[in-house]
Amino acid sequence: MMQKRSITQKLSRLLANNAVPVIFIFISAGAIPLSGFSATYLIQELLIRVGRNSFLILSLLVPIMAGMGLNFGMILGAMAGQIGLVFVSDWAIVGIPGIVLAMIIGTPVAVALGLLCGNVLNRAKGQEMVTSYILGFFINGVYQLVVLYFMGWLIPIASPSLVLSRGYGIRNAISLLGIRTVLDRLLPLRVGPFDVGSFHLDVVNIPVATYIVIAAFCFFIVWFRRTKLGQDMRAIGQNMAVADSAGIPVNRTRVIAIVISTVLACYGQVIFLQNMGTLNTYNSHDQAGMFSIAALLIGGASVSRAGIGNVFLGVVLFHLMFIVAPMAGKNLMGQAQIGEYFRVFVSYGIIAVALVLHAWNRHNERVDARRSLRGPTDAKAKEAA
Amino acid sequence: MRKTVRKKRQAIHVFKKFVDMAGWPRIIIGIFLFSLFMAAPFVGVLISTSLSNTLERFGMNGVLVLAMVPMVQAGCGLNFGLPLGIISGLLGSTLSIELGARGIGGFAAAIALSVPIAVILGYGYGQLLNRVKGDEMMIATYVGFSSVAFMCIAWLLLPYRNPTMIWGYGGSGLRTTISVNGYWFHVLSDFWAIKFGHFLFPTGMFLFVALMCFLIWLFMKTKTGTAMTAVGSNPEFARASGVNVDRMRIVSVVLSTVLGAVGILVYEQSFGFIQLYMGPFYMALPAVASILLGGASVNKASIWNVLVGTFLFQGILTMTPSVINNVLQTDMSEVIRIIVSNGMILYALTRKVQVKR
Repeated sequence: MMQKRSITQKLSRLLANNAVPVIFIFISAGAIPLSGFSATYLIQELLIRVGRNSFLILSLLVPIMAGMGLNFGMILGAMAGQIGLVFVSDWAIVGIPGIVLAMIIGTPVAVALGLLCGNVLNRAKGQEMVTSYILGFFINGVYQLVVLYFMGWLIPIASPSLVLSRGYGIRNAISLLGIRTVLDRLLPLRVGPFDVGSFHLDVVNIPVATYIVIAAFCFFIVWFRRTKLGQDMRAIGQNMAVADSAGIPVNRTRVIAIVISTVLACYGQVIFLQNMGTLNTYNSHDQAGMFSIAALLIGGASVSRAGIGNVFLGVVLFHLMFIVAPMAGKNLMGQAQIGEYFRVFVSYGIIAVALVLHAWNRHNERVDARRSLRGPTDAKAKEAA
Repeated sequence: MRKTVRKKRQAIHVFKKFVDMAGWPRIIIGIFLFSLFMAAPFVGVLISTSLSNTLERFGMNGVLVLAMVPMVQAGCGLNFGLPLGIISGLLGSTLSIELGARGIGGFAAAIALSVPIAVILGYGYGQLLNRVKGDEMMIATYVGFSSVAFMCIAWLLLPYRNPTMIWGYGGSGLRTTISVNGYWFHVLSDFWAIKFGHFLFPTGMFLFVALMCFLIWLFMKTKTGTAMTAVGSNPEFARASGVNVDRMRIVSVVLSTVLGAVGILVYEQSFGFIQLYMGPFYMALPAVASILLGGASVNKASIWNVLVGTFLFQGILTMTPSVINNVLQTDMSEVIRIIVSNGMILYALTRKVQVKR
């Protein structure tokens, strides 16, 4: 009796844990033929997008390890990266040095913001996600204050092409022509054309240097998990009270986790924007947070458990949908707008579903734990009767 | 000598009590707002216009902020899922226009149409929130967002026919903004409105907001309302005294959603437009910020918090563009709004834990 229940429980839990990627594979499988895109186009687009977004998504892993949930505060790091890019384009530093310099400028800003975020989150334990989410909005206000009013007034900006016509404040869109795709083009690799049976593939470009950076980051994560600090974070993620009594400085470690995440998000945003080629000064960071989190969750990660595999599965599935949905919507309903809204709906809906599943699982586990405590006494009571 | 010391102490004591009661954020924001009103005449802003604008916005947003109260009281946290209620209101208002209902009857029809939708959506939403206790706020946020995005698709596909609402060229799909002019524009605001000079007092809207507040106050005094408050303050205790916790929470969520629907209708009749598509997306944040500014915490809120908070928040929203812009010659109001509203929410979220310790 007990055995049976546990098997069905295991099955349902397995399905609950992997429901999201499975659903997505089905949606994509349906939508790809509807969109009518060629395999070459899809693969090329995916290669570009995986290179563009993976770094940002990887930055979410460290706080999850420390049990702090999805770091909605990663947009703080994205903003720091953008501040670096504004300065670099003002000083007209092009190529790889420009990217590196943008990261160097962004780092202290990201560290400061990460420290702030970590300390705020330590005051709101158990509510980290909603707090980091609102903190993102709050710092966005401060960011606007700095970029829209202080830059060009208190903070000197030389290039008139960056500054609004009124004399201060940064323009809404900045062209990053000097550093556009320099990392992607550093080590170019062209593959194809192929013919495997009836499957035909034209020439695709692979941005090797970007992938090397991403691979290096993955190794960093793997290595970091094994360090003392990484182990501490995992212990805190398991149980904060036990970790505390084991002598791990809980608050300090949590702050470090957020700082690492914020700094990495800053680098991730620089890599993202060098591929895009334009910086939407007031919007780019907003989308970075939402899309990264949605992608990670689509990859089958949960609020408390996420690995490198989830990142890559998620980024592929999410962007497959991203490319395909508008065309599929147009071909199916006659309106591209519908596919566009469907995309937005799925991005938000998936976060909602993942959060619900996580909370639900936790709730069920609590109920199970209570039941397992009650189990033997029930049996004894029956025996007695 | 001793007497003055004692008096001084007494004054300090009274001051401390006042600070404790009002809280520093409210005092600072209140002083800020007061100084804005003081500064207004010197920078060429008419006080009468600003005051009547503030009052109008107060009326527009009052019910939306009131929609926070039931859920906070029942321990479901801040209702970041307010867009769900707003969507019900939008459905009701577009349906009433589709039916061609005009005047006060049209407004009543809009309410009558949106309330059942809100009850159904709120019930489902409440069922969901009961399964995710402890994580309500984050999930509510994303339920709100995804329902708004879902409705974006629905607004394009729903078979509305009224030519004032659908796109002219395509012949189908609702417009992003729909004028309620000629239907029920200002039906509440102009009812018994008092006007002298630049000052206009929208009596009808205020009466309506007052009625809503009174009904909620009355509800909170009933047996169900008391049980709901008990659930919010201590769910274990409430369960032990025989209160059905899950049911109370659902009642509160339904009530919040219905108030959100009615709130957006009051907003629209004064504003003059129905904003569809991404319009309701960020509407929860100002309402959440308002009630927190009024002194509510994540698990305690009163009608008084609603009134004070809405007045302070909307006051700042009206006064900063006119006054600050005249002083600095720039439009900083948007940035100030973002910083104040989110700062307020952050303050409340970080404070709750401190109190617990």
